[in-house]
Order: sequence, then C-alpha cells, then structure tokens
Amino acid sequence: MSTFLTERENQIFRTGKDVHTINCSRPSLAGSVSQRACVFCGSRVVLYPIADALHLIHGPIGCAAYTWDIRGALSSGPEIHRLSFSTDLREKDVVFGGEKKLYHSLSELIDRYKPKAAFVYSTCIVGVIGDDLEAVCKKVSKEKGMPVIPVQAPGFNGSKKDGYKIACESLATLIGTGDLEVPKYSINILGDFNLAGELWMLLEYYKRMGIHVNATITGDGRVDAIRSAHKASLNVVQCSGSMMYLAKIMKEKYGVPFMKVSYFGLEDMSDALYEVAKFFKSDELMAKAREIVREEFTRMMPILKEYKEKLEGKKAAIYVGGSFKAISLIKALRLIGVKTVLVGSQTGTADEYEIIRELCDDDTIIVDDSNPIELSTFVKEKQADIFIGGVKERPIAYKIGIGFCDHNHERKEALAGYEGMLNFAKEIYATAMSPVWQFTK
Amino acid sequence: MLLRHTSDIIVDREALTINPAKTCQPIGAMYAALGIHGCLPHSHGSQGCCSYHRSALTRHYKEPVMAATSSFTEGSSVFGGQANLLQAVETIFSVYNPDVIAVHTTCLSETIGDDVNQIAQKARDDGKVPAGKYLIHCNTPSYVGSHVTGYANMVTAMVKSFAAKSATKKNQTNIISGWVEPSDMREIKRIAREMQAKIVLFPDTSDVLDTPMTGKHEFYPKGGVTVPELVSTGDSKHTIALGPFCTEDAAILLENKCKVKFDTLQIPIGLKATDTFVSTLSRAAGVQVPESINDERGRLLDMITDMHKYLYGKRVALYGDPDILVPLTEFLLTLDMKPIYIVSGTPGKRFEASMESLLSKKVPEAKYKNGERADMFLLHQWIKQEPVDLLIGNTYGKYIARDENLPFVRLGFPILDRVGHSYFPTVGYTGAMNLLTKILGAIMDKMDRECPEEKIELVM
Repeated sequence: MSTFLTERENQIFRTGKDVHTINCSRPSLAGSVSQRACVFCGSRVVLYPIADALHLIHGPIGCAAYTWDIRGALSSGPEIHRLSFSTDLREKDVVFGGEKKLYHSLSELIDRYKPKAAFVYSTCIVGVIGDDLEAVCKKVSKEKGMPVIPVQAPGFNGSKKDGYKIACESLATLIGTGDLEVPKYSINILGDFNLAGELWMLLEYYKRMGIHVNATITGDGRVDAIRSAHKASLNVVQCSGSMMYLAKIMKEKYGVPFMKVSYFGLEDMSDALYEVAKFFKSDELMAKAREIVREEFTRMMPILKEYKEKLEGKKAAIYVGGSFKAISLIKALRLIGVKTVLVGSQTGTADEYEIIRELCDDDTIIVDDSNPIELSTFVKEKQADIFIGGVKERPIAYKIGIGFCDHNHERKEALAGYEGMLNFAKEIYATAMSPVWQFTK
Repeated sequence: MLLRHTSDIIVDREALTINPAKTCQPIGAMYAALGIHGCLPHSHGSQGCCSYHRSALTRHYKEPVMAATSSFTEGSSVFGGQANLLQAVETIFSVYNPDVIAVHTTCLSETIGDDVNQIAQKARDDGKVPAGKYLIHCNTPSYVGSHVTGYANMVTAMVKSFAAKSATKKNQTNIISGWVEPSDMREIKRIAREMQAKIVLFPDTSDVLDTPMTGKHEFYPKGGVTVPELVSTGDSKHTIALGPFCTEDAAILLENKCKVKFDTLQIPIGLKATDTFVSTLSRAAGVQVPESINDERGRLLDMITDMHKYLYGKRVALYGDPDILVPLTEFLLTLDMKPIYIVSGTPGKRFEASMESLLSKKVPEAKYKNGERADMFLLHQWIKQEPVDLLIGNTYGKYIARDENLPFVRLGFPILDRVGHSYFPTVGYTGAMNLLTKILGAIMDKMDRECPEEKIELVM
C-alpha cells in the first residue's frame, strides 16, 4: 500500500525543509478515505445550538439521524435543539416532490413546539427533485407569523466550510429584526458552541469585567438575542472558520466591528480579555481584565508547572477541523512542556498554515485534508505520544498505542478559558501517562 | 427538560418524523461490506455521507472504520458521478490496495440516475480493476427502506458477485448473518465449531470491528469472510439465513443462482430461536448436537428458573430493527415478561405479521408499529400513557429512560455510550444468559436504589 497520493504532495509540508506554500481549500480526491464532512454538516453544526429554534431536516432520514444530538452544545433553558426532526423523504416523495410533506411537517412542528424561529435544512436531493424550499418556508412564515429560514446546504455543494458560510447567511436574515436595548459595554460572542458548558465560563469572565454579553452565536443561543445582535458594540469571534463570514456581514450591514480571538490556553484567553478592554478604551475594564488574569495565573501556574515537569519532552500530533484552533493548541501544549510534531486540519486556510509554520519548530509536519494512512505514518515517524483530534482519529491513535484528547464535538470537559486549560492539562496528562501504554509496547 | 417536550396526547402526524428509530440504507451496506476480508467500502455520493457513516460505526464499535467516497461536487450532481467513481476505483486500488471494493450508492447518486452497474462494468473494461481484485456494488437509495435494507442489499450483492456453482458439492453449510455484533458472529462460529459443523459465515465482522490492541493500526484487519469462501457458497449443501429482513433476499438469490436450498430463521436471540437454529444447523450439516451445547441450554434454563419470579408480568418497551425485535419479543415471552410497546422505523409488512402471531394471544393489549412515523417519539408517548418496567433498545432510548426513570438495557445499533456489545454476544444460549443478566441487573438495581430503606434485601 502506498502511503501518499502523489496528487497530495502540495498539501503536505515540513517546516525548515519545504519551501512551497501549502495548497489548501482544494476538494478531496475521489476515492480517498477523507476525514472531511459535507456542506450540510457544516451548516447543521453551526446552527444547531440555537436552543429555542426548530431545526427540521428535509431529506431522507439519515441526515437527521446522524446529526441527532451529536454535539454536546448545552442549553441553560429550552432544549428543542436536541430532538431530531425529519421529513423522512421516501421514494414516492422523490418522484412526486416533497414540498407537501415539508409543509405539513413544518406546520405540525410549529404548532406543537411553538418555537421562536425555524431553520429548515435542505439536503443533497432536495434541489435535484425540484422542491422549492424557499417558497414553502415563506408560506409557513406568513401563516405562523414567525421567521422560517431556509438553509440551502446540499451536501455536494462544496465542503464543510461552505456550510458554515450558508449558516452565517441564514443567521444574517435573523439579525436586525429585533430591537432589544443593550447596555454600554456590550458584545456578541461568535463561534463558541457551548460544548461542555465552555460558554458559561466565558460569560463569567466577561461579567467579572463588567461587559454585557448580548447574543451568543450560537452556543446556548436564543432567537430573540440573535435578532438584536446588531445592537452590540463589538463582535468577538472565535472559531474563525465558521463565524468570520457573519462578522464581516454584520460589519458591512450594521457597522459592528469585530475582533478575532481564541479562548484556548492561558495566553490567548488573556489576550482576548485585554483586546476587548482595549476596544472599549476603558481603563476600568482594562484594570479588571488585569485583575482576572493575575488572579487566574496565580491560581493556575503552580498546578500547570507540576504538569509541565511531568510532561516535558512529550510529543503531540494535532489534527482538527480548522487550522485556527491548531494555533492555540500548539501554544497551550508548549505551556505544559509538550512539543507539537504534526499539525493538520480538514479545512485550514493558507494564512493560518503560514502562522503555524512560523510557530512550529523545524521539521514539524503540516498537512491539509489528510487521511488515516498518512496520519498514522506521520505519527509513527515523529513518535508522537499524544494525538489531539476528533471521533475518526481517536480509535486510530488508540490502535497505534498513543494517548488521545478529543478537541472536537465529543469533548466531555470544557477546554476553553482558564479552567479549561487546567482540564486540558489534566486530560493530556491522564492520557499520555496512562499505565495502559506500558502493556502495549 | 430534555424530553418534557413530549406529551402523552397522541396527535396523528401526517408527515413528520420525530426522533427516528432507524437510519438510512448506506450505513448498512458499509457495515456488511466490512464483513468481507480486505474490503474497502465505497460510498458513491457526497463526502458527508461517508463521514457520517464512518463516525457512527466508529462511535458504536470504538474501532477505526475505513471507507472511501466519490466526493461529489456540484459538477457531479449535474453531469453524473461516473467520472468520480472511475477516478475513485483507480485511486483506491493504487493507494489503499484492497482485495475488494464494495460500492454502495446514496440518495444523491440514485436521484441523478447514476447507473453503477454500467459504471462498474466500464471500470473493469477500462482495466481499472487489477487481476485478482474485485469491484462489487449494490444500490442503496436512502429514501427506500432503512439501514437494514442497505445491509440486505450488500449481502445480496456478495452472492450476486461471488457465489459460483462448480461440479462438486462441498460438505459445508452457509450461514448468512443478519445485522448483529461481531461478538454474535464469533459466537455463531463457536457454536458451529462446537457442533463440528463446517460452515461459511457471511458477512463476518468478527476480527474486523473487535480487533485486539497490538500497537499497530491494520487498515485491513485479519477477520472477514474471504473471497474464495464467498465463491464456495454456491457449492454448499444448504443455507441458513438468520433474520429475514437482512438475509432472505440473499438466500433466495443463492438458491436461484446455485440451487442451494435454504431455511430462513430468526436471529438466534433467546431460548426458542436458539433451539431452532441449533436443530436446523444439526440437520443441515448432518451433525449431532453435542452435550456441551445441551449443557449451555441447561444453564440458561437454570438461570431462568432461579430468577423467574423477578420477571413475571414485567412490562417491556422495545425498539430497533425487526430482525432483533422479533426473536427478542419471543424471548421476553419465554421469560414471562410482557413486551407491550414495540417500535421499528424499518418498513415491511412481515414485522406486523410476526408480532401479531407472537402477541395476539399472550399480550393482546400490546401496541406495535413499524415504518414511517414509527419513531421514538411515539414510543415515548405510549410509555407516558401507561408506564413500563423496562426499556430495551439502542442508545437513543437513554432520554426516555432518564425522563421516565426506567431500567434500561442497551441492545441494537447504535450504542454510543457503553461498551461490551462488540465483545459479549447476545445470540445463542450463552448470549441469552448475557442478555438475561443485563435485564435482571437493570431491574434489580432499580429495586435496590428505590425501595424503602428498611426493605432493602441482601439476598435476592
């Protein structure tokens, strides 16, 4: 079995050795065992945490079954988002069209759950069988007097990243339709999905600073807050891959400025608070931010130092959805003595790969849209001790006999913020040092 | 909060499915194909399908699951996916080098009208399939049937592509496995070995999706039925098809193609279904039932005898795939329990007929439904109307179990939140003991947790 597809040469890069720029954003080769997902998946994961909205999937049952509560996006209130609604298209619908079924399903659902808004997702075949999703949504919206938003995300129409963009466009149709008043220092949090309750930690930090969080998009999201999102003074954007596009739309349409932050690792978390304080040009906010950082550092550093002493010299491989997250991970790992030897993502951007290249030591492998054979070959070559990735990477790491940390949908511990850094260190330590590896060598 | 969204008032739903008790065809085809040795399943459609199926199987088995995709683009959805599939075949053989590529379709490739049969033939004609390698395929439109149908279609494709009749009969019996765990397939082989019956089991995911940890990731693990074995099924004396929904089509085709007679049985879950399986295998293979198997049966009976007072009259709600639900219902009746609500998203009239004959006399008040809108939401509404003592099914039951405070036994696909299903069988007498242990454990744990403190029993 050959290890690399020659067509992929330019998507693999070794720091200090190669000079070509990494070739990303290209579609996967047909026949590859790609770790990538589809457009529908992209828009579904972004919108799904909005907890008081209805999410109806128009298509055969699979697309609804596979996205039923798979992402631990927590809600502090309603939990309609954790149910699975589908039109369950059958053969007769494929032949005669599914619009009627969609109309009935949507009406039934709205009557039953009285949501604040409805998102209706198209799937691969909806356009092909000629259903006019938009017309049905418009009709129901009128009848029920509530926003019914078509999410036109057929799976084949690009990659997961394109799905993010479509989700942003859908959100943009909601934003600006409400006018809840907001206090002076008011921000929206974009791109945190409240996995394992991470958003709630961030809210706490901002609250301590004296900053009002207006809309959270989309973690623990609420339709009314999103409708008034344009009232905030600033969009603070994490997970740039999914939400940057919305931030740009809001800047253009409503003049809301945005900044890109990361909440992973002490450094980036602190920078986020400082940057927000700086934006409001308030000495008071800055003083409070400093106080939080000082307090948290004093609490964290001795514990992290202990982890670092034990983990020093361990090597990590990272393969995540977007390249922006990888940057924070490299820094956070460095803080606990772990060196990154392999970095990759499903849908990274050229700019971010460039930052990674500068950040990493020489002879680090950087790879775009990789596959299991490549990944396990690289991991073995670099003798990584820990793999950081998602569901499809986990069993491979375990089979090779190295530690694993889920930094994707299936994380069970909050990994963002200061507390998250502790959890992260603990998880890395637990997996890297597990006695199980002694028996597998 | 989570399921407080469900009320006990049942309103007729015209169109909507809430919390499905099924998924779509392709994943079944992918799972079945993994039961061929050295096979790389291939999903002919968008990337997402393949990714979802791999993730779902990985979550269930906690094993790497390899499969390739045609990675449809907008262009393919307009001009057809032929170019993608031809390119894929070339890429797969040159990079991943499997013995077999097993292509299944998706709703998209079906709807735009790709003819995979013709494309596969073209791939062979163009020399894209190296000598000694195979390209098989089946149609799995996601809007027909369910994941069970997809499994059945891929199993049928195995017969269609490989089974051949030669001049000499072989002293072996085919066993076509329905959708069960690798542990169950391993158990079926063990029972046959114990009986000294020579069998070919297909598909066979043992040693594929329950592999030991060795420090090496095997892209093609050692398990799976081999191509020569599949070819030889045409020369077997007899076929036993386990689970009509999953395997009968394949058995019929094998009879038509190679004149191998068959019996369709239920998957051997529980005492009676295992009795039938053991006696059928004994007859088909011309072997005696050894004492060791009779002893296993005796131990199961012993366990039931010891514990039957805890089982009498307990109301059970169950859901999942018909081929599991039918023998499970029968087993629950054997245990003197009351299977009272039964739901399967998989359509097919046979389900209703089987349930009718099992339940009409013994539990006339039982409610069962399959096909469209037979979903977890309906099951939950039934439970809310009149509660049950036990819930059996896949992981998606955990919301109901939590909401209604029910003892819950996980069985079926998918199980995303517990381990063991891929290692400990449910089929056969030993499997029935495993299942009964779980049922009793769940019921008695709840008794211990909730009975008044002064009534807690040391000896049960």
